[in-house]
Amino acid sequence: MRKEPVKIKEIDAKTRAGNFNEVVLGYSEDEALCEAGRCLQCKNPLCISGCPVGIDIKTFLHKITQKDYAGAYNTIREKNNFPSICGRVCPAEYQCRIACVLSKKGQPFATPQAINIHFLERFAGDYGMRCSVSAPSARNSGLKLKKVAVVGSGPAGLCCAGELARAGIKVIMFEGLHKLGGVLRYGIPPFRLPRNILDCEIESLKNMGVEFVPNFIVGKNKDLEELFKDGFAAVFLGLGAGIPSFLGIKGENLCNIYSANEFLTRVNLMSAYEFPKAHSPVNIGKSMVVIGGGNTAMDAARCALRLQLMNGIAPNTTILYRRSEVELPARRLEIEHAKEEGVQFRLLVKPQEFMGDENGFVRRLHCLQCELGEPDSSGRRKPLEIPGSDFEVDCDVAVVAIGLKANQILTKVTPALKTDKYGDVIVEPETMETSIKNVFAGGDIVGGEGTVIEAMGMAKKAAGAIIERLK
Amino acid sequence: MSIKILEKKVLADVSASRIVQIKVPSSDIAKKAKAGQFIVLMARPEGERIPLTIADIDVGKTTLTIIFQEAGLTTRLLSKLEAGDSLYALAGPLGQPTEIHKYGKVIIVGGGVGIAEIYPVAKAFKEAGNQVTTILGARTKELLILEQELKKVSDNFYITTDDGSFGKKGFVTDILKDLLVSCVKPEVYNLVYAVGPIPMMRKIAETTKPFNVKTLVSLNALMVDATGMCGCCRVSVGGQTRFSCVDGPEFDAHLVDWDELIKRNNIYREKEQHICKLLIK
Repeated sequence: MRKEPVKIKEIDAKTRAGNFNEVVLGYSEDEALCEAGRCLQCKNPLCISGCPVGIDIKTFLHKITQKDYAGAYNTIREKNNFPSICGRVCPAEYQCRIACVLSKKGQPFATPQAINIHFLERFAGDYGMRCSVSAPSARNSGLKLKKVAVVGSGPAGLCCAGELARAGIKVIMFEGLHKLGGVLRYGIPPFRLPRNILDCEIESLKNMGVEFVPNFIVGKNKDLEELFKDGFAAVFLGLGAGIPSFLGIKGENLCNIYSANEFLTRVNLMSAYEFPKAHSPVNIGKSMVVIGGGNTAMDAARCALRLQLMNGIAPNTTILYRRSEVELPARRLEIEHAKEEGVQFRLLVKPQEFMGDENGFVRRLHCLQCELGEPDSSGRRKPLEIPGSDFEVDCDVAVVAIGLKANQILTKVTPALKTDKYGDVIVEPETMETSIKNVFAGGDIVGGEGTVIEAMGMAKKAAGAIIERLK
Repeated sequence: MSIKILEKKVLADVSASRIVQIKVPSSDIAKKAKAGQFIVLMARPEGERIPLTIADIDVGKTTLTIIFQEAGLTTRLLSKLEAGDSLYALAGPLGQPTEIHKYGKVIIVGGGVGIAEIYPVAKAFKEAGNQVTTILGARTKELLILEQELKKVSDNFYITTDDGSFGKKGFVTDILKDLLVSCVKPEVYNLVYAVGPIPMMRKIAETTKPFNVKTLVSLNALMVDATGMCGCCRVSVGGQTRFSCVDGPEFDAHLVDWDELIKRNNIYREKEQHICKLLIK
């Protein structure tokens, strides 16, 4: 008889919705042993093929069962420099866990029986961080004199920098904002990824010799040619998907309609939840509406709800999504967490027009009900508007979380850098090299919006190609 | 990575709203900055990111001059800093530079602290061989800045003050209208470039419209990252949504939705008043 999955400890919904502290508490040693012990140690482990960076999951789980936590940590670090981050933000139910043989087949995402690989990764990562297990050290000292520029300090940039540093290459990382981490800092809220964890993981790169240059905008302060003139042998572009998409409906520029990027940047990067201790404001409404169904929408909604509770406003935050629940692209855990905390979901809804008051502040949102039609190009069933199903919702703050487009600051001033019709950088898929020699790219600037670990997967591949090139 | 303020000068000090000039080192910005561009800065780690125009760059391209007026919390905190104190963060140059070429006859209008923004633009227009007519406006004589500097780069030069304490009593648009009315074809003005308070820029747009003169304004929309990531600074121009930070800050004055801009710039008025009361002694 198979053992039941070990449930992860979490702060109860009522308490956690009143602050920005981490929600998921992680496994204790006993829990981790028990959960890792459920792994069947398959001869042909499918889970590994589900991981975009190919972590040797079977081995690290085995090492946990042997109480060799440092070994487990090092096994993960062989492939992934940031286990404490990925263990918290990876949509494992779509990746390693859905591939786990214990997961019921034919489901859109892993079923609960699948091993909680992500929680165990987090356990090992946090162990390594807490016990200062030193990371696997530089392997290839022949590259010591080479210098590589990494542009952007988000998941792709961090991963690439880690891989290169480990090969003994000198890495200088340029970041346009005042703090490092990219979307991990401005996008993902502290209750999902505590700032001390993010800081620690970034610090570990510093200890590997990576140099950070914040407030430096490649494309503005220096272009690629100048970087090469400065002696960089190669450049990695982890520019990210920087430009928010809007719905393109009437009234969208009314006051208090935010892009998710703006709302989350204010709350996370600028700490607006601590206003006035932190000086950047964010407006909090009585009826807050978030449009979209991805992780960003969940993050925005859960931030909105927390802001309401922390400011003595009755919690009233609603997610509007044009498809049904099963199509929500967010991690299942985030959807559950959002629901538990009191975020309401109105599904199969398509916004039509925002309406405001005389001062230009949004007040109401006019919507249409949808039904699902045939699958579209994404393979998901297409939402079709039902004529005459008009209704309005109260809405004094709205967050539009429907996606992002490519960051164009660098690509616009670099005509030789070939981009596709979306503005994404075109790369050679095997090497991630762009149309400019020795310039590589990865993350959302290449594939459009993806996950943290997908970005890292691309960055790893690019790092491998850079190392080969520099040999 | 803090940025030490090299010099500080109070340019105007009237009724608790001083205009302050600081000089900061940054060759990475100075080497690349062009007229019309701006920087974003944070005075403190817990502070806001605010955009400010680059008023000048030294000959050696190692320092920036930034001029601002005390308005909200951040500018008030910033104005308390002295030479030797540090900024927490500084990034730029941001936004599209002014398109500088030979238009012919150009009128440049600056109102209030907006005069700091027109200075590099006027200089660049002059260097490009334009005939530059400058109109400066201020509430009162003491608030007038950069008068001598702008006079030097102008072929014609006018000053107005609301209270008549200096130059002509009245508004910049009075002079602007006179100039446009009095010019006879083909001696027409080819471009009007204006920076100042929103009501002034709007009035300028209304003034130049009937004369069909191309009119550019540099908008002061609210920003956060100022690199195109957040959309806080979106403005409607000719019915299209544009981001001031990456598409602007300059736009065709005749196409800007001024009502929307005014409303959007008031989004945080209550919070601003609250925090100023708390933190400004």
